[in-house]
Amino acid sequence: MSDLINVSSSPHVKSKVNTSNLMLMVVIALLPATIFGVINFGLHALLIVVVSVIAAVATEWLYNKGMKKTQTIGDYSAVVTGLLLALNMPPAIALWIPALGSVFAILVVKQLFGGLGQNFMNPALAGRCFLMISFAGKMTDFTLPAGASSKVVVDAVTAATPLANLKAGESVDVMSMFVGNIQGTIGETSVIAILIGAAFLLFMKVIDLRIPLTYIGSFTVFAAIYSAATGGFDINYVAAHLCGGGLMLGAWFMATDYVTTPITKKGQLVYGCILGIVTAVFRIFGGSAEGVSYAIIFCNLLIPLIERATIPTALGKGGQKA
Amino acid sequence: MGLLTFKGGVHPYDGKDLSKDKPIKSVSPKGDLVYLLSQHIGAPAKPLVAKGDRVLVGQKIAEPGGFVSAPVHASVSGTVKAIEPRLSVGGATVPAIVVENDQQYEEVEFSSVEKVEDLTKEEVIKRIQEAGVVGMGGAGFPTHVKLSPKDPDKIEYVLINGAECEPYLTSDYRRMMEEPQLVVAGLKTILYLFDHAKGYICIEDNKPDCIKKMEELVKNEPRIEVKALQTKYPQGAERSLIYATTGREVNSGMLPADAGCVVDNSDTAVAVYRAVVLGRPLIHKVVTVTGDAIASPQNFAVCTGMIYEELIEEAGGFKEEPAKIISGGPMMGKSLYSMQAPVTKSSSALLCLTKDEVSGSPETACINCGRCVTVCPARLVPSRLATYADHQNEEAFVKWEGMECVACGCCSFTCPAKRHLTQSISAMRAMVLNNRKKNG
Repeated sequence: MSDLINVSSSPHVKSKVNTSNLMLMVVIALLPATIFGVINFGLHALLIVVVSVIAAVATEWLYNKGMKKTQTIGDYSAVVTGLLLALNMPPAIALWIPALGSVFAILVVKQLFGGLGQNFMNPALAGRCFLMISFAGKMTDFTLPAGASSKVVVDAVTAATPLANLKAGESVDVMSMFVGNIQGTIGETSVIAILIGAAFLLFMKVIDLRIPLTYIGSFTVFAAIYSAATGGFDINYVAAHLCGGGLMLGAWFMATDYVTTPITKKGQLVYGCILGIVTAVFRIFGGSAEGVSYAIIFCNLLIPLIERATIPTALGKGGQKA
Repeated sequence: MGLLTFKGGVHPYDGKDLSKDKPIKSVSPKGDLVYLLSQHIGAPAKPLVAKGDRVLVGQKIAEPGGFVSAPVHASVSGTVKAIEPRLSVGGATVPAIVVENDQQYEEVEFSSVEKVEDLTKEEVIKRIQEAGVVGMGGAGFPTHVKLSPKDPDKIEYVLINGAECEPYLTSDYRRMMEEPQLVVAGLKTILYLFDHAKGYICIEDNKPDCIKKMEELVKNEPRIEVKALQTKYPQGAERSLIYATTGREVNSGMLPADAGCVVDNSDTAVAVYRAVVLGRPLIHKVVTVTGDAIASPQNFAVCTGMIYEELIEEAGGFKEEPAKIISGGPMMGKSLYSMQAPVTKSSSALLCLTKDEVSGSPETACINCGRCVTVCPARLVPSRLATYADHQNEEAFVKWEGMECVACGCCSFTCPAKRHLTQSISAMRAMVLNNRKKNG
């Protein structure tokens, strides 16, 4: 009988949660923002999403095939990367750009560093930043494509995003920024749609509040202080900063990317705080209206340092309290 | 007041319904009995009998090999057939005394006392030692050592561990339901040794009937309280239990006594009572035979030394081919490759599963999700520790507090990448301990 039985070290049972269903839940959580983006910006936005996802998955498949590695596309992490990258694209961009971004994100940022879990930067954001540097004009052109919803509030003069208007000192409509009827990238405009997805992730315990709250919190504090220091506190200014640009999408979906966050709980709080401050500095003092993407990939680099400084105290090692 | 608990932990499928309503049934061994000389932590016992000797029920057949050691007693009468190495549940062969059962069950005379108070504290500890009582929750630490701390006056809490947080196990539950007065009597015996201590009977809230029964029984005992604990694994791990009930923290360099606590399993308390008052050695153990491969899951009172294979037969054999057989629970038990291992003093269950979830879920890449950090009751970072362990990076492993791991298995259980975290960390821990021993 001995040869029939499996022998291994304890524990002998495993939870049902696995990498694939976690990634799948992230995809589901991104659907409200995706659907809203497609309704808002029309069929071309859908094409961008499809092309970006296919390019990401195909790159991973080909890489594994070519390098004779175990196929890993079944973990859906490439789908998440492709989808996130698509949601960060301007709605009228030529399809080859997101495709190229996906290839860069998966091949260079993820696979060449050892695949899932080994990338030190968020692949989707690194992909976006690569495109921003390479095709700055195209990546900041937020003209609406044909087929976009007539509800989208368009700045007829400059065709700029509300955040760019805000930077230029113009007034913006915070309510339409909250709902999402504004110009911007496909997935970032609707705060409501993003929060619905985030609530789902929180409910399913895929993410927790540590990073999003400290991120948004420290950003708010910084923006409020800046607003107060420069001609009086303006609640509209702070609200517009919170609803505008990639902050919500970044805070709930990209700053919470498991691989590129500190694993220690205290480290996550530190990471969130630094993110908020860096984002605010980039947005307010930087050259571009946007700051979330650069802030996140910059803070990704700080993670080893943050972790080293926040090794948790083991049970019984903190001195006797009782 | 809310339920007491600790930080971390997991909720595995508990499987206790299979056997929780089955009363403890005594079974008699049919074949030879194998008494391992190492059924406890510490020095192996030294045989007192030779091949061909006749032994009686309760006769001491091996004496302690040191202070941290325990004697071994025969659980049947019969003839010593051999003294030879036999298979233990850990997979190693250890020296054992093999006794051929004559089915007479002829007993030695046991010296009982009227009540504990007739004895001095030294006599109580002596009787516990003589009876070979060891921790029956799993580790098998000699109980007389545990009950002889440097300063008995500093012990403030005696915790009776009836949490039984391991899935599938119901032996402690049945014992507490069927003989709660013996558990209380055992606790009172231990409290007799510690003048300044309070006694807590700690039970998880998935056993409300048990909590009620115990509360009824101790309502007139000023020194004893029943503590209901949140049902969560590993609530019954020694350090978790101490933290949950007293708020005190114990690390790997401390003994519970350093935090003013003594923790004993509920079944150990029963063994203490029987040893001290009835003068009876520890020769029986309640073992849950369960799992989805077993025809009729049961709780058995068995003689130590009985071969596991006989227990399976007593439980009606297999109804399905088992893929994995575990001595103990699914979280910390040891998987067996042979059913020829004998029941020891710390055996708690024989779990036969039709599916092996470990070999069925291959390891994938760590995604750094931090779930292992969330569940670790020792508040460690298991995924990092496992990496340092795999790299044999002792310095980083120790710096990240790898030595504080209690091998509860929560990290491996919860890991979505199905990494074998506990296994890596345990192996490294053993290596570090070994190196320390070698280098003095």
